[in-house]
Amino acid sequence: MGSTLVSAEFTLDSGNTAWMMTSAAIVLMMTVPGLAFFYGGMVRSKSVLNMLMMNFIAVGTVGFIWVMYGYSMAFGPSTTGFGQIVSSPFTYFGLNDLPDEKSLMALSGVPALVAVGFQATFAVITVALISGAIADRIKFGTWVAFTVVWATVVYFPLAHMVWGGGFLGIGGQVSKWLSTPIDFAGGTVVHINAGVAGLALVLLLGKRKGWPKEPIRPHNLPYTMLGAGLLWIGWFGFNAGSEFGADSTAGRAWINTFVATCLAMLTWLITEKVRDGHATSLGAASGIVAGLVAITPAAAAVDTYGAIFIGAIAGVVCALAVGLKFKFGYDDALDVVGVHLVGGITGTLLIGLFATTKQNGFLPDGAQEGVFYGGGFTQLASQAVVALTAIVFSFTLTLVIGLILKAITGLRLSEDDEVNGIDLAVHGETAYETLGGTRVLTEVN
Amino acid sequence: MTKLVTAVIQPHRLDDVKSALEAAGVRGLTVSEASGYGRQKGHTEVYRGAEYTVDLVPKVKIDVLVTDEDVAGVTEVIIRAAQTGKIGDGKVWVVPVEDVARVRTGEHGDDAL
Repeated sequence: MGSTLVSAEFTLDSGNTAWMMTSAAIVLMMTVPGLAFFYGGMVRSKSVLNMLMMNFIAVGTVGFIWVMYGYSMAFGPSTTGFGQIVSSPFTYFGLNDLPDEKSLMALSGVPALVAVGFQATFAVITVALISGAIADRIKFGTWVAFTVVWATVVYFPLAHMVWGGGFLGIGGQVSKWLSTPIDFAGGTVVHINAGVAGLALVLLLGKRKGWPKEPIRPHNLPYTMLGAGLLWIGWFGFNAGSEFGADSTAGRAWINTFVATCLAMLTWLITEKVRDGHATSLGAASGIVAGLVAITPAAAAVDTYGAIFIGAIAGVVCALAVGLKFKFGYDDALDVVGVHLVGGITGTLLIGLFATTKQNGFLPDGAQEGVFYGGGFTQLASQAVVALTAIVFSFTLTLVIGLILKAITGLRLSEDDEVNGIDLAVHGETAYETLGGTRVLTEVN
Repeated sequence: MTKLVTAVIQPHRLDDVKSALEAAGVRGLTVSEASGYGRQKGHTEVYRGAEYTVDLVPKVKIDVLVTDEDVAGVTEVIIRAAQTGKIGDGKVWVVPVEDVARVRTGEHGDDAL
């Protein structure tokens, strides 16, 4: 994030504002329909509607609570004491008493409500990302409750800690000990956070019936490629928008987002070709997302070569990491851990090597250049601290939330419903017409 | 008397088999999508590094009703048109049919073909 300072006066910058409203809209497109279809294509035909619905419903619930109190908790004014962790939900409750002078983006002349809208789309997609790990088997009501509780207890505070003036951000405690951790657009807050939460839920939920013995293969890879393409486009809003304005730093973030993703797709495919003998479409879609995830925290903080290396490394590392679930036996259905957690950690740590202000790079106040640019190991240590904090914070609280929901509502669908298909059991629908399967049995009066 | 010739073949041979049967004077047939395996035992697919054995592979099933005199000829035509010589080419079999009726006219037996 560009900056979180509050200015005394507000002068509207229509160019920056236009870019931020555009960014907000295309970041929403990342979740619906982008992520929904990226995931939807990877599940079996009997659970595609539920997968889409888990994403759509997350927009509904998290979007609502973000407007009511989420923005206030994440980007409210408190920065000392408990305010290093989270701000009060009541300060800007219902977005009342939120003048443009207090806009998160006041320094770039972007009104407060535009800032609320832009950040809303980040909260939404972080929660939606988790759904991929737990595909096919969670009770829908439990998921709805989880989106509300998890966003409130985990996402809003972590966003505050890193971006809202907390101890992991500019001027925070870690900044005083080491240097300011760099998370330009959400490597820790969004991707490590969602990846770890997915892992915690998978451990509570258990494996899908038949996994990994029975083939549970993607039912519609064109959906997955379509989703990956939409994610890539939307990600320019995510990363370049995180500059909070339209300037050369945003251009740096845009180009880095582009080229890192190119490289990650290529290296994922090369890894597959060497290991399995084929360059697959699922591999291309996965490599795209792995590259986007890894460049996210580093988007404006590295030069072109830094972005190329981060993308290339992430493509290989994530292509190998998706095999971990078979080794350790956790059923992370759509590889949220292998792509988002591992990709997020990869990008977050590589900043410690590649961070630089050269070539229009941008480092937040108190951050240092990386190892390869003469800055020593301080920034790398700071990156490790923010990654580790996000992992421990998210894992612990997600486990607690999961255990409480398990006790109250139960987590898992019945085995019969899972086998017959979650779409039919939960939503009373099936995605596709089958021969003889859709005859009208009752007349509509 | 009537016989039912059923062939399960590679999907990509369907067009050739259809034209060959047409050229041989067969006036009607029924085609359906089928899946199954024989000695080739399916194939493997790899998704994100995980290898799956797909043992039911897509096939096309053709049903043709013919008179006794035409059985041998039609069977040969199908075999010649469907054959690639590779494993997985399929099977053809013949069974006797007790009766056939044309729904439109109510004709029975060979008249209904």
